[in-house]
Amino acid sequence: MKSTRIGLVATAAALALTASACGSDDSGDGGSGGDGIKIGIKFDQPGLGLKQGNDYTGMDVDVATYVAGELGHDESDIEWVQAPSSQRETLISTGQVDLVVATYSITDERKESVSFAGPYFVAGQDLLVRSDDDSITGPDSLEGKKLCSVTGSTSAQNVSEEVPGVNLQEFGTYSECVAALVSGAIDALTTDDTILAGYAAQDQYEGKLKVVGAPFSEERYGIGLKKGDTELCQQVTDAITKMIDDGDWQTIVDDNLGPAGYEPPAGNPPTPDACS
Amino acid sequence: MVDILRNYDVIGAFWVTIQLSALSAVGALVLGTVVAVFRVSPVGVLRLLGSLYVNIVRNTPLTLLMVFSILGLTYILHLPFSESASRNAYWWAVVMLSVYHAAFVCEAVRSGVNTIPAGQAEAARSIGLTFGQSMREVLLPQAFRGAIAPLGSTLIALIKNTTVAAVILGTAESAGTLAEVTENEGASLPTFLLFALGFVILTLPLGIAITHYSRRLAVQR
Repeated sequence: MKSTRIGLVATAAALALTASACGSDDSGDGGSGGDGIKIGIKFDQPGLGLKQGNDYTGMDVDVATYVAGELGHDESDIEWVQAPSSQRETLISTGQVDLVVATYSITDERKESVSFAGPYFVAGQDLLVRSDDDSITGPDSLEGKKLCSVTGSTSAQNVSEEVPGVNLQEFGTYSECVAALVSGAIDALTTDDTILAGYAAQDQYEGKLKVVGAPFSEERYGIGLKKGDTELCQQVTDAITKMIDDGDWQTIVDDNLGPAGYEPPAGNPPTPDACS
Repeated sequence: MVDILRNYDVIGAFWVTIQLSALSAVGALVLGTVVAVFRVSPVGVLRLLGSLYVNIVRNTPLTLLMVFSILGLTYILHLPFSESASRNAYWWAVVMLSVYHAAFVCEAVRSGVNTIPAGQAEAARSIGLTFGQSMREVLLPQAFRGAIAPLGSTLIALIKNTTVAAVILGTAESAGTLAEVTENEGASLPTFLLFALGFVILTLPLGIAITHYSRRLAVQR
């Protein structure tokens, strides 16, 4: 009997705690919703969106900071949210983020659930090889070579169509591919050239890796936002146009992807599409 | 949902899951039984080896074993099964699933051995059977019958753990195909439910059969 009573008290206390925690959470959200802005980025892509401790670096981070600045938000008002590829649509449609700047290619399928501003960059699928390897010049020269990509990624699917029967090893993340490439166990890694340049630009791989520079697809990176919000879309598009015209775009690209000797492919800087 | 079945080889992916499960189940059963015999043997060194194996393998994450088989064993120690990356990953996945679940099979079989009254082992030895003979003729047959329920749980866990092979095997297997579908179509509840249903179809009848046979085959004492 006594233990039942103690249990009841404990349950009541736990309920009270959860209830109060909910309450404070709600008010917190309401407060920051007014002046803050929540932006979804990648947390694990060097050169594009990378979280190290409390620092965020990369091209997407710089683009997002610039655009947020144009929308009237200080850098300190930005709340960075991790946006893994598979969750980007959900994060936007449920309102957990205001913008997504996360190597987000504009495609017709995605336009069914979100709206895009941009593109702010045109990337292409390319190959990363060891810098002393001149035998690979593009997808045509992959015969008999070992190639690496990430399980189920668009890049892996593209290259399987482009070069049927390619000897493809798939891993969970690109980091494993890069490690195997440096050690010589595989010959090439394929995905968007921006991601490749980001890895090649990391300190520990400096001078060891190079991007081949023969893109065989076109990925138009846009800024994802809530479907149908043309007002916000127009503001973001204006910000991108200003960023390109000011020369800030060039600075951002050079700072983040330049160290690997990477040159943006043809079509850059892009002209953003009209909002609809 | 129908589109997904039409555009992606979901059935083929589950067929690979079944292959991985069946091959690894055989591998784990054989290896696990050997380790279990080590653990109950009268030789101290073998008992030590057995418990070292179980404690090391059981406490290592399966993902780590999988990635190690490619980055470590294939690339650094040059132990590939095949020149083709996907075949190599397939066979290493089978090996690693076998090695990992052998530790659990070993403990299940050992628990089965422990259900047998000590008098039976003593009786077997006293009529002149060697350790090997008494294991084969008296102890293991009863141990397996007593261990059907825990062995069945290990088999169900093994079937679901084949999804971990996606980290090296790519889209050939069901979890890899799910990653591909999610990449192309966006994450959606029906897709997840479709793949979850696939696993339920594989494991639920198995669970019912195991419960049935664990009752029917249990040694009555």
